[in-house]
Amino acid sequence: MAEMSGARILVRSLVDLGVEVVFGYPGGAVLPIYDELYNHPTIKHVLVRHEQGATHMAEGYARSTGKPGVVLVTSGPGATNAITGITDALMDSIPMVVITGQVATHLIGSDAFQEADTVGLTRHCTKHNYLVKSPDRLAHVIHEAFHIATSGRPGPVVIDIPKNVQVATAPYERPDLSNHVSYRPQVKAEKAQIAQAVAMIAAAERPIFYTGGGIINAGPEASALLRELAELTGAPVTSTLMGLGAFPAASPQWMGMLGMHGTYEANMAMNKADLIVNIGARFDDRVTGRLDAFAPHSKKIHIDIDRSSINKIVMTDLGIVADAASALRDLVAEWKASGRKAADLEEWWARIAGWRARKSLSYPESGTEIMPQRAIADLYQATRRSGKDCIITTEVGQHQMWAAQHYGFDAPNKWLTSGGLGTMGYGFPAAIGAQMGNPDSLVICIAGDASIQMNIQELGTATQYRLPVKVFILNNEYMGMVRQWQELTYESRYSESYSDSLPDFVKLAEAYGWIGIRIEGPQELEAGIRQMIETPGPVMVDCRVAKLTNCFPMIPSGAAHTDMILDPSQIEGTLADEAKALV
Amino acid sequence: MHITEETSERHVLSITVTNEAGILAKIAGLFTARGYNIESLTVADISDDHQVSRITIVTNGPPRVIDQIIAQLDRLVPVHKVADLTENGPFVERELALVKVAGTGEARIEALRIADIFRAKVVDTTTESFIFELTGPTDKINTFVSLMRELGLVEVGRTGIVGMVRGKD
Repeated sequence: MAEMSGARILVRSLVDLGVEVVFGYPGGAVLPIYDELYNHPTIKHVLVRHEQGATHMAEGYARSTGKPGVVLVTSGPGATNAITGITDALMDSIPMVVITGQVATHLIGSDAFQEADTVGLTRHCTKHNYLVKSPDRLAHVIHEAFHIATSGRPGPVVIDIPKNVQVATAPYERPDLSNHVSYRPQVKAEKAQIAQAVAMIAAAERPIFYTGGGIINAGPEASALLRELAELTGAPVTSTLMGLGAFPAASPQWMGMLGMHGTYEANMAMNKADLIVNIGARFDDRVTGRLDAFAPHSKKIHIDIDRSSINKIVMTDLGIVADAASALRDLVAEWKASGRKAADLEEWWARIAGWRARKSLSYPESGTEIMPQRAIADLYQATRRSGKDCIITTEVGQHQMWAAQHYGFDAPNKWLTSGGLGTMGYGFPAAIGAQMGNPDSLVICIAGDASIQMNIQELGTATQYRLPVKVFILNNEYMGMVRQWQELTYESRYSESYSDSLPDFVKLAEAYGWIGIRIEGPQELEAGIRQMIETPGPVMVDCRVAKLTNCFPMIPSGAAHTDMILDPSQIEGTLADEAKALV
Repeated sequence: MHITEETSERHVLSITVTNEAGILAKIAGLFTARGYNIESLTVADISDDHQVSRITIVTNGPPRVIDQIIAQLDRLVPVHKVADLTENGPFVERELALVKVAGTGEARIEALRIADIFRAKVVDTTTESFIFELTGPTDKINTFVSLMRELGLVEVGRTGIVGMVRGKD
């Protein structure tokens, strides 16, 4: 068999694995690979402006298409710059393969130029990682890396390839991956457990489905099955931040998001339920609030592909290790086969109606200033009216929570946000990645004035590849969530949370060849949003909103679901040290 | 504000892993990253083709944490199997210690007498010192070392635990 260089083996493997897009940045230790990519007929390379941007683009691409995101960066600073995005992908279970260049094998450990211990640095922020010391191993490692990144609980995998391994030659053959010695994720639930789950759901008087990003990861089929199961059982559905879109916001069974900034009805229903069915969520601290007061009256079923998620934080009565789609398929089939009818949940729904009547997402309108919630609600209406397939990404902070609360998601893979790690700087590159994977969709990054600046350099990337992404900045001249916590916890001592010296976002956009729009008052809001949507190329909108608005409802950290703050007048005094110690 | 801690149990975990570069760092790092304890850790290649190693870890924590440790270890790609020997019923655990004791006269004779009771072997001797080799469960070695402390203990080296479930399986 003819031999080829390690770099060619890599690129050939990527082609064989169906990779169409690579987000990357060249450098000394990956030059042989970049030479293979030169004028490549099928693999499109997107040149980013910073390696962190590449990782978030890959995440956005992966989350919106269901395919793994691929990143290519050089050794040393290339790899270290990628680490935030790799960690983000681990926390949010995003399938991603990151290829890093490394100094030649004989230089490893000598503090060579642009050397970093990439496998050491990424050991705990990857699902798995490799240092490939021979071109003979390369094909196997690359194929295996994609298998590991995309199967089981998805996550990032790093492949560190020394430069001499890229140059040295070996034969290439598609490896057989059918029998891994130790990695065999459990996908299918045990039959008895499914039957038990169905019996528990049928017997419950106050059931609720608590769903998460695992449903999105399990593919569109899982979302369709969730809708079917909800319809069969008649139970209400709430979701984590990561799971939004799996269940349609338009459904009468939809409760809104739960947790720290979730709706009153979702959190109260979790607290009063007699059965919680967790599918693909992980009882994150943003969701549970104070643990000893979390859902005290309920039995809990937890379906998760990762056994370590079960009983990690909340003890469950029935833990099922399975892929969400597979488990939902089995639950629906078992429900039908056992001839179950939906239980009479009229009393439960009556109580829910009472909680809904509190209208926890309402906010005071202002005649003179744009309320940020209004901006999101208007954006939602305008994108719906446009009839376009719309993908929303966010940065991290108040705007992210307002987007989660006031934008109505109806389909999976249309909502891309950094949930677990909470990475400011995620949303804009994620939008670029999503646009690469969905060229005909309307991709909008909802941002804050502070977080947009964390990866603002990617304006050039969107320009270069003519990607018509829209950036909608809710500009309140603050790191709003930090300011809000300082107001609530530290008597409004706004330590370093004011966004001083903001750029003129309109001029900045124009400097990169974008269209810039400024929206200064409520009367300009609708027209400004319409102009943004109708403008064909990339657009940055500087939407000036009320500066000191807080995001409510809110469960203060360390508080129970029932101790929700619905409006600012409920706040008094300062928090105890126990609460201050929590994030 | 004060930070409280839960009560702990001691567990011996036996982990078989693919013998690849960085596996020990991966496992030890998992313990530090998630705040678990390691009392002792041993590792050695156990297969003819050098593909598989066995790692024995003695850890402690509340039952809920022990369960998490096992689940977290189990999801690492190179981990084949995690067995909780403490949970899986009666098991044998052994470690080996080298104990150097220096002294003359009555203390020296007493050290030798106690070593005999503990079935420790003398593996090195001078007119003023012994090195004893001792195998056994952890508490036996602890007892021996504490007795030697009064009789001129110089230094101790211990391997940490290896363990195995009793019976034919």
